[in-house]
Amino acid sequence: MGNYITFPDLLTWLPMLAGLFCFFVVNQKKAKSTAIIFSLLIMGVSIATLFFTNDAKYLSYNNVNYFWLKYLGANYFIGIDGMGRMLTLLTAIGFPLILLSTVNQEQQNPKAFYGLMMFTQAGLMGVFMAFDALTFYFYWELALVPVYFLCSKWGGERRIQATFKFFVYTFAGSLLMLIAIIYVYMHTSSRAIEEGVMIPHSFSLTAFYNAQLSVTEQNWLFVLFFIAFAIKMPIFPFHTWQPDAYDQSPTSVTMVLSGLMVKMGLFGVLRWLIPVFPAASVHYKNIIIILSVIGIVYASCIAMMQDNIKRLVAYSSIAHIGLMCAAIFSMNVISIQGVLLQMFDHGINIIGMWVVVQIIERKTGVKKISQLSGLAASAPVLTILFIIIALANIALPLTNSFTGELLMFTGLFQTSIWFAAIAGIGIILSAVYTLNMIQKVFYGSVNKITTEVKDISLQEKLILFFIVGIIFFIGIYPQPLIDLTKESVTNILFRLK
Amino acid sequence: MNALILSAIWGLVMMFCGVFVKSKSIPKYIAVLGLSIVLISSMIELLTKKSFFHFGYNNMLNTEGFNLSFIVIILFCTLIYFLLTGSEIEKVGAHVGEYFALIFFVLCGISIVATFNTLLMLFIGIEIISIPLYILTGSDKRNLKSNEAALKYFLMGAFSTGIMLMGIAFIYGGNPNASFYIDKIEMGIGHMPVLIAVGLLFVLVSMSFKVSAAPFHFWTPDVYDGAPTVFTSFMSSVVKVAGFFAFLRLFEHAFGIVQDQWQVLIVFITVATLLIGNVTAVFQQSVKRMLAYSSIAQAGFMLLAIFALNDKAKEGILLYAAAYSLASIGLFGVLTKMEDYTIDGFNGLAKEQPVLGLAATIFLLSLTGIPLTAGFQSKFFMLMAAIQNGHHFWIVIVAVLFAAISAYYYFRVIQAIYFKEATKTIILPHSINIPFKIMLIVIAALILIIGVYPELVIGWMYR
Repeated sequence: MGNYITFPDLLTWLPMLAGLFCFFVVNQKKAKSTAIIFSLLIMGVSIATLFFTNDAKYLSYNNVNYFWLKYLGANYFIGIDGMGRMLTLLTAIGFPLILLSTVNQEQQNPKAFYGLMMFTQAGLMGVFMAFDALTFYFYWELALVPVYFLCSKWGGERRIQATFKFFVYTFAGSLLMLIAIIYVYMHTSSRAIEEGVMIPHSFSLTAFYNAQLSVTEQNWLFVLFFIAFAIKMPIFPFHTWQPDAYDQSPTSVTMVLSGLMVKMGLFGVLRWLIPVFPAASVHYKNIIIILSVIGIVYASCIAMMQDNIKRLVAYSSIAHIGLMCAAIFSMNVISIQGVLLQMFDHGINIIGMWVVVQIIERKTGVKKISQLSGLAASAPVLTILFIIIALANIALPLTNSFTGELLMFTGLFQTSIWFAAIAGIGIILSAVYTLNMIQKVFYGSVNKITTEVKDISLQEKLILFFIVGIIFFIGIYPQPLIDLTKESVTNILFRLK
Repeated sequence: MNALILSAIWGLVMMFCGVFVKSKSIPKYIAVLGLSIVLISSMIELLTKKSFFHFGYNNMLNTEGFNLSFIVIILFCTLIYFLLTGSEIEKVGAHVGEYFALIFFVLCGISIVATFNTLLMLFIGIEIISIPLYILTGSDKRNLKSNEAALKYFLMGAFSTGIMLMGIAFIYGGNPNASFYIDKIEMGIGHMPVLIAVGLLFVLVSMSFKVSAAPFHFWTPDVYDGAPTVFTSFMSSVVKVAGFFAFLRLFEHAFGIVQDQWQVLIVFITVATLLIGNVTAVFQQSVKRMLAYSSIAQAGFMLLAIFALNDKAKEGILLYAAAYSLASIGLFGVLTKMEDYTIDGFNGLAKEQPVLGLAATIFLLSLTGIPLTAGFQSKFFMLMAAIQNGHHFWIVIVAVLFAAISAYYYFRVIQAIYFKEATKTIILPHSINIPFKIMLIVIAALILIIGVYPELVIGWMYR
């Protein structure tokens, strides 16, 4: 290892290889198992990275830097630091869970389905590891394209329009980001000399951090970048694509979207937006927190009125992301630490929620809350596991989100007591709609649809137990994750000074 | 000037081949052979800087690396075009040899407009390109639409050529050096002389007409729609980018120093072109017409090069030439095999012909400008050029918003290919053979390779 094959190489090439394998090598029946085996392997690699955190010793294991567009100063530069390590870990844990949850489903054309899934993973991994703006942009878009095909091919009835809305939104956002990237690039300086030719500019992250930008320039570049990230997260008022897309996508893709892809936006803010435009971040801070807080309350209110479980979970996700975005822009150690922790927790919890929603949808064939009742009688194990996950989602103590939300609220509180108070309403509302949903779906009298439902199979139990295990582990002992990202938080805040 | 001489000679060869060879399938092979010779000799000229032919052209042509690499790209794309759709050219009519001959004459014209040093050469080159195209447009003699398109194209084209000649005369008259050489036009101090300004305006209008920039684009949809699909493919790709190259070369060398005085006109034309091209393309039901409007939209992006007028713009136009030509040649190649040219006619293509479906999708993604495709790199360089220019920054934002709109109509075809079910036959029977599929795969692979490694295209220009 070391100079031959590095972790970033493995984490991006393995999923790509798996994708190609699914597409071109294996037959239809084996595609599913190939993808699952590869994703478990990737999870293994990702866990292994946790033991190589000491950069002084293992720097060459964690970074890859190839020449790419030499005379432009764009390198293929990917590497893992604390923040990236955590998110790649989330992606690596998330994918096997998502793929395993599809085992009982019959996909048409599984080769293409699992191939595209693995390409998505490659894209996500690349986004979380990129240290070069052009590499970042490449992976950012690469994660989008397979998802577009996945949703449009295997989704629900109105999938084509819903997915297309999603695609055009994000595509427009990323193009605006591309403009900003080029503009910043034009204002970087680089001392690199290749073959005697001076390269005036560079796309690398450090060059971006040191770019010479006036405050006015920062302010509108910030907007261009932020639109891209805000659409991806999504925060109010850029969220309109999201409920449709979540509702119409096949549930396994919804898990990717809500558990992992939304993290791209948050991650982008932390890695690129705030450090590159510190002055602008402070300038826009309040506006963004206000938008986020509006989003929290608004999404929670809509979630309360939803009769469709998938849409309910989608809106609850908007509320959670809104809180994370508000916490990021509180810009203090505690809140950002909380966000990083919560990014991981939210990913795990929301995947768990979707796994249950998927099981319910498959077993009963409906996704309307009003048509379901009394599932607890026929599926007790499912009920217990789901309640734990749902309680984790509303951040009960001892569950994983508790620590994260506590930190975020403490941070938000330091910015303004009002923001914290209004955002707190969102948390209360989230308890209202989650518990309401549990009550209606799982308790009450058994009806025609739910009598014949059997409890979950062993393999589904294992997936949910695994998720619940992570929930409790992090709930009780979050310190390892906090240690993992401590340095990243300090670096981000250092740029603000 | 290997390309100029050899393509002219081979045009004559092809013409006589129409007389002496009776078989319909032979001319294609002769044309491919000839084009390969022209291509290889141009590459040799690019690498060694030595031409096979020595004659005094009085510095009227300039064979620097940038110009030659453009010619090589054009010849390469045309070769791909012959290999992919050569057998379609045979189906247009009886005069197969002549069609190829005309295409060779167009290439001869392109080699002139890519290297001209004087306004006269520019004019001659444009004419050599245009006249064969009028004939090719009308080559489907029994089809009224084709006839109408040819007449329309000829009348409008002749008119714009007249305007160009008028403009050249004004520039010559207003130039105290009394010279046609583009780098010897005296611009004076402060505002440029009135005669030259009028001449510039005329030349601008007629060049905009040739590259179908709005508001001079009205001929494009009808001509592209009416012409036989194989020739539309050639006109809308190779010829179009050649027009842009001439446009760029003229405005860089002749009027580059007074850019601040005419830049606002280009801004207007660019925005209008982007607007009209993209918005109208959204409403098209026929893929052929949609591609015609999308070619106007892409012209809007290429105009950014003339707006920017810097090194990145030059690199961008080379990339655009390769990326756009390859993608649209491939797409029109697929289109010639379709039973029905409407978007619904593409329904279920991926299921019936997976290779065609995948290749067409890659071409469409490239036209949209998704990373990893050549189309992204070309748009990326254009944006970079426009931002580097530093004036009228908002034009870049307008351009990318329209690029997002363009995703709408390109993805409608992708949606039809992959996500909709076929209701009737989609492919013309017995039309797909293995070489055609291989060529499609080659083009798709080239697009992806250029998308990752654009230096393959632009690395030669500084030689």
